[in-house]
Amino acid sequence: MVKTEIKLKGLTLKNPVMTASGTFGYGEEYSDFVDLSELGGIIVKGTTLHHREGNPYPRMAETPMGMLNCVGLQNKGVDYFIETIYPRIKDFETNVIVNVSGSNIDDYVTAAAKIDALDNIPVIELNVSCPNVKQGGMAFGVTCSGIEQVTKAVREVYHKHLMVKLSPNVTNIAEIALAAEAAGADSVSLINTLLGMAIDAETRKPILSMVTGGLSGACVKPVALRMVWQVAKAVKIPVIGLGGISSATDAIEFLLAGASAIQIGTANFIDPAISGKVAKGIVEYCEKHGVKDVNELVGGLIVG
Amino acid sequence: MKQIIDFTIIEKLAFQRAALLRLHPVETFPETSLPEICGGQFVNVRVDGCDKAYLRRPISIHDVDYQNNTIDLLIQEKHEGTKTLCALPVGAKLNIVLPLGNGFTMPEKDDNVLLIGGGIGIAPLLFFAKTIHDNIQGRDAIHHVSFLLGGRTKDDLMLLDRFRSVGDVFITTNDGSMGEKGFVTDHSLWNTMKINKIYACGPMPMMKAVAKVAREKGIWCEVSLENQMACGIGACLCCVENTKEGNLCVCKEGPVFNIERLLW
Repeated sequence: MVKTEIKLKGLTLKNPVMTASGTFGYGEEYSDFVDLSELGGIIVKGTTLHHREGNPYPRMAETPMGMLNCVGLQNKGVDYFIETIYPRIKDFETNVIVNVSGSNIDDYVTAAAKIDALDNIPVIELNVSCPNVKQGGMAFGVTCSGIEQVTKAVREVYHKHLMVKLSPNVTNIAEIALAAEAAGADSVSLINTLLGMAIDAETRKPILSMVTGGLSGACVKPVALRMVWQVAKAVKIPVIGLGGISSATDAIEFLLAGASAIQIGTANFIDPAISGKVAKGIVEYCEKHGVKDVNELVGGLIVG
Repeated sequence: MKQIIDFTIIEKLAFQRAALLRLHPVETFPETSLPEICGGQFVNVRVDGCDKAYLRRPISIHDVDYQNNTIDLLIQEKHEGTKTLCALPVGAKLNIVLPLGNGFTMPEKDDNVLLIGGGIGIAPLLFFAKTIHDNIQGRDAIHHVSFLLGGRTKDDLMLLDRFRSVGDVFITTNDGSMGEKGFVTDHSLWNTMKINKIYACGPMPMMKAVAKVAREKGIWCEVSLENQMACGIGACLCCVENTKEGNLCVCKEGPVFNIERLLW
């Protein structure tokens, strides 16, 4: 029997597999395909203090082995989440994690404090890295001072596990991760999407309504893996790896690079059952390789 | 309940820029049976062997035969993904998520229904018409269901016998190569036919033109949209249509919308 439990500060994941914010709705959308109780956690759609309509259509462009999106954090706001969605999902037999975003520090703090009061939400993932929202989101996540400011402010009002989601659109992601750690983050998750762009040569127009958008999918995996490795070497807090993970083997690679747990994102669109398969596949890998505890794999990369 | 099912292509009809694929679940024991499907719902097909198609392709359900456990997909070659699907031979396997979306609203028993299809938009109308028949058993349903099908040329109009078996068929082509010349909204039936409900699927300009006529005449009307999707199940919020109720997912809250909910 392989031990798959992962302990992070203030929370236990039954296995290292979580689903990434913005790719898994509120979990309900996937309940026909995945037994949610077989996942370490689900991270629900980015939530902001106020209702946001998001960006205009078109919001998506398919790219080689990936996609760009500029959804722009469409959501009905934290109060709607608490009143309408939370009662429906609070008893899922998995960790339900809320991704919190904002366009100024007060919004982050107010939304985080409201979620702090919800008994069955053990973690928030602080989204300081959404590339699709003007003023904010990524603006905080691309400088050490920005990430420090917002993490510190939320830390003061939020008493449970604080995961900070990092942007890859920076020169030195390890420095950013260290700044989040110093400001009180309990873990960092990376990577959010890479800023990209798509053009229709026939019409000479951008494909996305916002011109640029966030790149995700299998194509970003090598970049994500490298960044997870760099950050895991730099910080003491756990690292949650994501970016293009589409199979159990991909997940194992992230664990080896130093991630304590992983998130599956865009791959959910291609195979809505993939998260459960990855959880099972990790166990199979361990059995095959004589690994008794998944934690043994974390940072197990053999260099040289 | 939504399912992921592996199908085998058991029959294929190739057209100029389209293909009709008849699919049966891959043989398993016990046999996988089809979930309950409503007219106007769609499937999301994984495109294997095409490096330009990372995401699934949403395809409307053309026909369902529960007795023989088959579904028919009528697919138009648009870009690389659909070209790959249309080129698949009999015997090839397809991984499909289904059924998705809301489907058309069933008409009342004594409604006179006009189903309008433009180009490949004709695809979902056949199965929906059949379900209307099932719903008004015991009546001469065929005279209450009419199709108005439009194409650029006669080559765009496929499988007309199938449509004729479930309703009267009226046709327009832009070049006049079949039926009346012009757009669906130019057809002479608009002056004579008594219509209570319109269901339309086709290119955006056609649906907007149909919606305009429906509004002018005060006829109830639903349209099926095809905004570009990523997940197909309401998770990614990419395919939204800006409606009177805000941005709604075409894949989950649609693809069928009453025109009164839309901003056009």
